[in-house]
Amino acid sequence: MLLKMNFTQQRRVRLAQGLWLMSWLAVMCGAFIFCLGVYLKTELLRRNEVMENTEIHVVPNILMMVGLASIGTNWVASRVCQDSLDATRFPRWKVLLLAWFAVAALLCCLLIAVVVLSYALQGRLEESLKVGLRNGIRFYKDTDVPGRCFQKETIDRLQMEFRCCGNSNFRDWFEVQWVSNRYLDFTSKDVKDRIRSNVDGRYLLDAVPFSCCNPASPRPCLQYHLTDNSAHYNYDFQSEELNLHSRGCRQALIDYYMGLMNSTGPGVLSVILIQMTVLVSLRYLQTAVEGAMALEDPEGESVGYLLEKGVKETIEDVKINVMTMLKLAQVDPAEASPDGEKAADATPPAS
Amino acid sequence: MPFMPVKFNLQKRVKLAQGLWMLYWLSVIVGILIFSLGIFFKIELRKRSEMMDNNESHLVPNLLILVGVLACGVNAFGGKVCHDSLDPIKFAKWKPMLKPYMLLCCGFNVLLLLTALLCFLMQFAMYLTLAEGLKNGIKFYKDTDTPGRCFMKRTLDMTQIEFRCCGNNNFRDWFEVQWISNRYLDMSNDEVKDRLLSNVEGKYLMDSVPFSCCNPGSPRPCLQHHLTNNSAHYDYDHRTEELNIWTRGCREALFSYYSSMMNSIGALVIATIFLESVDMAGLKYLSTALETMLDPENPECESEGWLLEKGVKETFTELLAKLKTLGKTNQVEEGGEAVTAAT
Repeated sequence: MLLKMNFTQQRRVRLAQGLWLMSWLAVMCGAFIFCLGVYLKTELLRRNEVMENTEIHVVPNILMMVGLASIGTNWVASRVCQDSLDATRFPRWKVLLLAWFAVAALLCCLLIAVVVLSYALQGRLEESLKVGLRNGIRFYKDTDVPGRCFQKETIDRLQMEFRCCGNSNFRDWFEVQWVSNRYLDFTSKDVKDRIRSNVDGRYLLDAVPFSCCNPASPRPCLQYHLTDNSAHYNYDFQSEELNLHSRGCRQALIDYYMGLMNSTGPGVLSVILIQMTVLVSLRYLQTAVEGAMALEDPEGESVGYLLEKGVKETIEDVKINVMTMLKLAQVDPAEASPDGEKAADATPPAS
Repeated sequence: MPFMPVKFNLQKRVKLAQGLWMLYWLSVIVGILIFSLGIFFKIELRKRSEMMDNNESHLVPNLLILVGVLACGVNAFGGKVCHDSLDPIKFAKWKPMLKPYMLLCCGFNVLLLLTALLCFLMQFAMYLTLAEGLKNGIKFYKDTDTPGRCFMKRTLDMTQIEFRCCGNNNFRDWFEVQWISNRYLDMSNDEVKDRLLSNVEGKYLMDSVPFSCCNPGSPRPCLQHHLTNNSAHYDYDHRTEELNIWTRGCREALFSYYSSMMNSIGALVIATIFLESVDMAGLKYLSTALETMLDPENPECESEGWLLEKGVKETFTELLAKLKTLGKTNQVEEGGEAVTAAT
């Protein structure tokens, strides 16, 4: 017997009551995990336009699923506790309890997987943001193209809200044409020079959109001719720091999402702890109550344990059970194989 | 004749006590709500106090906080009285406190009415404060090197971005002030010298607005400078161009934000006045029903409850007479029992 404990009637009653409270606490935790998943998913969906793929959505999806399953599972646990001290009503839960333990253990594993995934998928999120933001910056000027007309507003609001500029930094804006051709005067010499100065015929500027401006700068925002020191009074491009947002939007968004997931980490870990406690306590309650029902005096002392035999023997037992179940499931192939064996026996003598 | 009498048996008394207990606890929750709304309003005022020159009036949120705390206390006491009302022994110790308690409730209702009135009337003061504060804010926008005003630029920029507004009345307010500091102007440049000489006060005035006036929803990259000069930009007519910068003034934007908050708080306070009046009426019925029990030892006997012992007119005339005779004490009695006690 693994980790056995003696239970008097008094202790059994206390355990049942405590476990009932604990399982309702675990139901609340399940609801909390579900809400956490919904919140994370909404935050990811809000910035959907600058993300190229939705791989990171697996984290909130698992959280929502686990939250719902945990509510149901722990509600069942509280019902079991309520019936546990009544000898007539407890036996009907016997069959269900083995499945319950499996489901609860699976939920704990899934929660641990979520914590691991939220760190492991950081690289994929970065890749997705890199491509999404690059496209966003490229299509910034296409406010007349159906399907892309809100790209400008999205990128502008993103840069203002997250206080960032460009993909890696503000120089990304120097490499794309972000002023639409509709607003360029093609008869102007300056415009014609700029368009001819590069292979693709794009109107490139050393300028950034207004949403890159940093409100905390003491100087009114300088957006145009950023690399030209003589274009502005008392201006040095190399040492000017506060004029624009210095952070790139990719880094800003990653910091934001990682911050979200890190702050939910301790909550998820404590929910795992509570779920494990419920699991272990329910096992003790089950074995203690079953032991008590088997005694002549149901109010006497009984023994509660985690596993009836040691760990190795239990694993062996489980293996044998699984094998017999598989063999029962493979009834037809088992009947076919004796015929196959006869055929195999028949052929070698022939050859 | 009593005013609005109702007959009570044990069943009805019990129901009244229970219903009134729940109503009092609902009133406690409403009191907590008013308290938290007061705190919320105070925080919102503090957040934007720079836009109002730091001299906005905190009378309304302070009053709301006070009223919320008082409501919790008064209604919790009422709930306790209801809870004990059906036990004659416990109720006996609350009985002498009921008259002063009803007076306190009346006074509290008057305070609530005053608060609701202030919620609606202080909006005028707020409008004027905002106008003045924003005018100064725009004037001091450039003073990012003056201690005490160095964050005005950032605050005003963030306000214009958040509330989607530009200037005080509209964007033209920016044309009338110099919003670029002299530190960033090249005084040896001819154009700068021309602009400075072009007006009496020697200010560098432009037909431009800061970047925070830009509307991100506009299809065109933002045009901030030379707004009234059609030839400065390709395909631009400043009379028809609408979307590029925000056209609403910040005073209007901020005022509508605060006034909607104050209106909803005022409506809640008025609803609280009704709730408190219902509470008082219920308590009056309960206390009179318990007092007029024909046989105090038998809880099942019938009794009668009322709002006023005599009619409305008689009660008022008695009140006035008492005020004249008992000039020193200010007690306002509803039931007129003090008169009988004095005689």
